[in-house]
Amino acid sequence: MQQFNDKMNISVKDCRLWYNDFQALKGINMEISEKEITAFIGPSGCGKSTFLKTLNRMNDLVDGCRIEGSFIIGGIDIYAKDTDVNLLRKKVGMVFQKPNPFPMSIYDNIAFAPRTFGTKSKSVLDEIVETSLRRAGIWDEVKDRLKKSALGISGGQQQRLCIARALAADPSILLMDEPTSALDPISTGKVEDLMTELKKELTIVIVTHNMQQATRIADKTAFFYLGELIEYDRTEKLFSCPSDKRTENYITGRFG
Amino acid sequence: MRSAYRFINSREKIMKGVFLASALFSVVALATITVFLLMNGVPFIAKTGFGNFIFGTKWAPIADSPAYGIFSMIVASLYVTALSVLFGVGVGLFTAVCLYKFCPKKLASFIRQTVNLLAGIPSVIFGLFGMTVIVPFIRDYISPTGVGYGILSSSIVLGIMVLPTIVSVSLDAMNAVPGSYFEGALALGATKEEATFKVMLPAAKSGILAGVVLAIGRAIGETMAVIMVIGGSAEMPRSLFQSVRTLTANIAMGATEIKGEAEYALIATGVVLFVFTLLLNVSFSLLKRDGDGKSKKKAKVGKK
Amino acid sequence: MKKGDRNTGRVFYTALRILSIFMTVISVISLFTIIIYLLINGCDKLSWQLLFGKYGDKPSILPAFIGTLYLVAVATLIAVPIGIFTAVYLVEYMNNKGKTVKIIRIAAETLAGIPSIVYGLFGYLVFVVTLGWGYSLLGGGITLAIMILPVIVRSTEESLLAVPDSYREGSLALGAGKVRTVFSVVLPAAASGIVTSVILAVGRVVSESAVLILTIGMVVNNLPETIMSQGTSLALDIYYFASNGYPDEASATSVVLLAVVLLLNAAANGIGRLLKKKTGEI
Repeated sequence: MQQFNDKMNISVKDCRLWYNDFQALKGINMEISEKEITAFIGPSGCGKSTFLKTLNRMNDLVDGCRIEGSFIIGGIDIYAKDTDVNLLRKKVGMVFQKPNPFPMSIYDNIAFAPRTFGTKSKSVLDEIVETSLRRAGIWDEVKDRLKKSALGISGGQQQRLCIARALAADPSILLMDEPTSALDPISTGKVEDLMTELKKELTIVIVTHNMQQATRIADKTAFFYLGELIEYDRTEKLFSCPSDKRTENYITGRFG
Repeated sequence: MRSAYRFINSREKIMKGVFLASALFSVVALATITVFLLMNGVPFIAKTGFGNFIFGTKWAPIADSPAYGIFSMIVASLYVTALSVLFGVGVGLFTAVCLYKFCPKKLASFIRQTVNLLAGIPSVIFGLFGMTVIVPFIRDYISPTGVGYGILSSSIVLGIMVLPTIVSVSLDAMNAVPGSYFEGALALGATKEEATFKVMLPAAKSGILAGVVLAIGRAIGETMAVIMVIGGSAEMPRSLFQSVRTLTANIAMGATEIKGEAEYALIATGVVLFVFTLLLNVSFSLLKRDGDGKSKKKAKVGKK
Repeated sequence: MKKGDRNTGRVFYTALRILSIFMTVISVISLFTIIIYLLINGCDKLSWQLLFGKYGDKPSILPAFIGTLYLVAVATLIAVPIGIFTAVYLVEYMNNKGKTVKIIRIAAETLAGIPSIVYGLFGYLVFVVTLGWGYSLLGGGITLAIMILPVIVRSTEESLLAVPDSYREGSLALGAGKVRTVFSVVLPAAASGIVTSVILAVGRVVSESAVLILTIGMVVNNLPETIMSQGTSLALDIYYFASNGYPDEASATSVVLLAVVLLLNAAANGIGRLLKKKTGEI
């Protein structure tokens, strides 16, 4: 089996994806550099979430989904036959639109991934749980209730818990699918601060409906439209002088 | 979804095999049951002669020249089933209607819970109740012949037993009908009663029918409650107040009465019962599919 | 429509309404009568000798207690894992689609419709005759296991379908494989429903008697020594007492059996709620 190298950048060439007969992605080429935040924007149904999910192979789970193209992450072809999908998903973590903590204790939620990959020692797990919660900035809020159900905390806390849970797997890339769309503005602010903090160590790719959010946090932004990547550039550049008419129409609110 | 997941390590493959093997257990069990019954029952039917066995009216397995005719039992089974389902549907369907609209919500849910609970009462207890209460009552106050055992007693006991099935299936079927039908009927000037009986009940028809078929299956297959109140004489039923014997009773009673060669007659009786229930199963799934298809069509129309 | 017709219609439907209320009263009364009659008639006939005595001149249901425990143990040990794994295969692996699923589903539904006395014949043919075990608690337990299997499959399936896909996605996205996802996330999340259905299935085992007439021998007066012994069960004892001239013992045993069944029902609800509370769902 191949090993991921340390440089966790993403290189996608000619990504085409079908749901049965419907072609959802029509030839996407994209290079995502490491330790940056890249935002995907575009109207609903433009393929941005679908493309995000090709990066940790979550589309494999969808019936009738067919994928072509070349996907290189950290030097290996993630769709090659001998690629361990589980290891890929450990390296490329994901946070979903709706917070989805498991119906178990906060501690067990965070310890889930380390336990999956064989960590049994109580002291090691304790340490991972604390570090992950600290990195997600939620340690102080939950340290007294680690053994309580994760479903008992607020939605914003649940989302940061899910980020902590993903961090506990020690990923190099974090994919976030509209992570703040279900949260209130204060929780959203906390999650955004957290992302800026995390990009020192991680590559972050975020799908967002909120263009202000992209301008606030993203180094680069990609605009998707009808299954195509229309424009991909530094965030300031894309929002101040877009080179494509469709991008301009979208960011000035003329459709979408 | 979830099917295209590729298995890398062996634990995944082994466990998938274990899950598949477990799932196939039902198929293997059904096949084994069928094979064992047919292998032991069919040769006996062939030897006795299909006509003699099914349409013969004389059952004398331990006589010197044994006769194995089960026609009287088939008739008795059908009688008891028909009467009990008639009773169960008559009372159960109206009860469901009442719980659906003509009863305060809290009381309805309480009654529903009790009815569900009663569905779990062991059949042998129903049998005991029939034996100690219904049979003497019928013997003393109703029966012209002075016999309490028989078709009427069995039908009452079975009728009570199938009641919970009919109530809950009918109620589910009516609850599955979109509430807009009811409101629509009211808006057209129908009363609550008219809307319920003319609109909701017909709309829930296939679900209710499925429940009736289920009840028929329970009634025809019930053994314990029946053997305690049916009497057990292998005679052609001519009256509601006469000791007779159903197919199920024949197997259970025969098991303690006869040994040796004649045992195969009981297995052959089982084959006949098995065929009956298979037919019921098929009609049940046809009804259910019909019901599902209809509601899907409705849902589609609704969406447009 | 003429006014008169309209009024007859109204009267007719009002009559139907009254009829339906009347029928409800009949259902409730007939069902309650049974329980109340049995309780009144049976409670005062309970005695220490009947419950825990040695079966001698006077009957005892101690052998039936032991026999019932054996039967419950055998039936659940076999049917629960197979039933849960079947449901896992159908829901988690096949997503309820395809030919294999259809065949398995038809088989399970057919099994559910087979009368218990036919199961009894099958158990008799296989365990008593073909395998030569004679009448045995093990043979009866295995037969009962096949009988309750469809019930467990059906309700486990429903519990699994009620688990949100977001849990599965969350687990897989953390690098967990299918097996770990099933055992660590999906099954625990479905536990309350599964446990409830297992307890209800135990209730069916306890209630069943027709199967046992043909498979365990109805030996009422001996404590079973091993799992291969002949034996009896609580439900079977009621039949034996009722048909062999012990009406009082039959009534008293009914009270015991009724209590066991009602307790199981209460336990099913209680444990279901408890598990849900533990995971924080309510």
